[in-house]
Amino acid sequence: MNGLKAVYRRELAGYFNTPIAYVFMVIFVALAGLFTFYLGDFFGRNQADLQAFFDWHPWLYLFLIPALSMRLWAEERRSGTLELLLTLPITLTQAVLGKYLAAWAFTGLTLALTLPLWVTVNYLGSPDNGVILASYLGSLLMAGAYLAIGSCISAITRNQVIAFVITAVTCLLFVLAGFPMVLNLVGGVLSERLVETVASFSFLSHFQSIEKGVLGGFDVLFFLSLIAFWLYATVVIIEMKKAD
Amino acid sequence: MIEVEHLSRRFGSKTVVDDLTFTVKPGEVLGFLGPNGAGKSTTMKMITGFLRPSAGSIRVCGQLVDRSPVTAQRTLGYLPEGAPLYADMTVAEFLDFVAAVRGFEGKERKTRIDAVIDKVHLESVLHQSIETLSKGFKRRVGLAQAILHDPAVLILDEPTDGLDPNQKHEVRALIHGMAKDKVVVLSTHILEEVEAVCTRAIIIGAGRLLADATPAALEARSPRHHSVILVTQNDASPTPAQLGNLPGVASVEFEPTDSGDRCFRLYPLEGRTIIGEVQRAACAGGWRVESLRLEQGRLDEVFRHLTRGGGDDDRRAQA
Repeated sequence: MNGLKAVYRRELAGYFNTPIAYVFMVIFVALAGLFTFYLGDFFGRNQADLQAFFDWHPWLYLFLIPALSMRLWAEERRSGTLELLLTLPITLTQAVLGKYLAAWAFTGLTLALTLPLWVTVNYLGSPDNGVILASYLGSLLMAGAYLAIGSCISAITRNQVIAFVITAVTCLLFVLAGFPMVLNLVGGVLSERLVETVASFSFLSHFQSIEKGVLGGFDVLFFLSLIAFWLYATVVIIEMKKAD
Repeated sequence: MIEVEHLSRRFGSKTVVDDLTFTVKPGEVLGFLGPNGAGKSTTMKMITGFLRPSAGSIRVCGQLVDRSPVTAQRTLGYLPEGAPLYADMTVAEFLDFVAAVRGFEGKERKTRIDAVIDKVHLESVLHQSIETLSKGFKRRVGLAQAILHDPAVLILDEPTDGLDPNQKHEVRALIHGMAKDKVVVLSTHILEEVEAVCTRAIIIGAGRLLADATPAALEARSPRHHSVILVTQNDASPTPAQLGNLPGVASVEFEPTDSGDRCFRLYPLEGRTIIGEVQRAACAGGWRVESLRLEQGRLDEVFRHLTRGGGDDDRRAQA
């Protein structure tokens, strides 16, 4: 456990050692505000809720999370520190978890910076705070899933740009999986059951059902199992590609 | 103690390490020699548990590395090739991280870190970020993380590569100072380094063990070992035939020089020492001797001979 904790702390501190942390936080909060107030028409809706804010999260994460996750393993591989890290007395699983949890905690911290919105909406009206809390947790879970995908893809390459692009595209597929456009497309080829399977992998539909205030066990389980799967894949890929 | 038995590693169809067997005991400094791509680094990566062997076994302090890499990794310190470090951390942060991973807490962590800072002289750069350090300091930080937990086994992959002569000397002195009752394995392709710090040398080529002996014993394998070089002035010089007739001399080579002096290399018969004979003959014959010396044999010759298998080729290249 020492190892996991040390890796976690090093990684989290690492974000603040470089401008990455500040750039990421500022851009996330600024864009979230912009989308909520202008594109989401927060005031025009005249409703005391944060739906206009949370609706944009899958899209914000789509390009911000890959920017965060791309360096997770690609950087270790490029600079050779992978060898240093993995010859310290820690298991690969501990290293993968430590780095992942740090990135997740950092995302959570960034998300927490949007809390003034919650205060605002409470000041302006009387929103259902249960729904907002569920949405925050849902958003954090979804961010975790994006990050797990990013972690795995970052382990494949030493090139951060490639890691970014492939992660963004993979996440896009998961977001779009529930869209009629995509479902109609695959519906022409696949049987109805398979189409349902594809649709059930959609981040959007799972997130939207959480956003309605139902933090259902199924949706939570969906994100958690997705995270577990991609982290396991990260371990397998690093083990396989160590020699390169 | 490191015990390596029938170790092999293949990458795809390419065999990089081929049936290596050797042991290293405490107190020994083993020099790992070989041309680039001979499998030195790969062997070290397997000893440290980074890569898995394709076949064979490695024990570090009795522990099978393949079965319990983490246990083995606790007892060893490793400086990977090029000394990779987390560039965005300061030296103090980095050492603190390594100490934390190695499970040192509170007061002990501080004592350990302070001791190692003192040992490799890092006080002056403690709060500098690693990316701003010179190569020599970076290498010292790499060494510091490797010896922080006072490991029984120290694996150093090209510890002096890319350093200037002063820095090389420093690093060697450090290794020399730590070597007592530790197992040290270092790889290098600088042969003087082997003579300077190693008590034993292993030469590998194309993944195979080619030689395993002390540096002195390896030097003795050189065809020039115990040959005598005699330089005389042109106007008072012996003929090659005269030299060849001296007792104990097996053969004489004439080596051209730039200065117009005459230079001879005399090879002794097996087991004979001939420098005394040459000296007496020089006095008796009235030769004007510029220089007379005994050659110890050269490690680089042996190295090339073994790794390329071309002794004759070497001599031509020398002449």
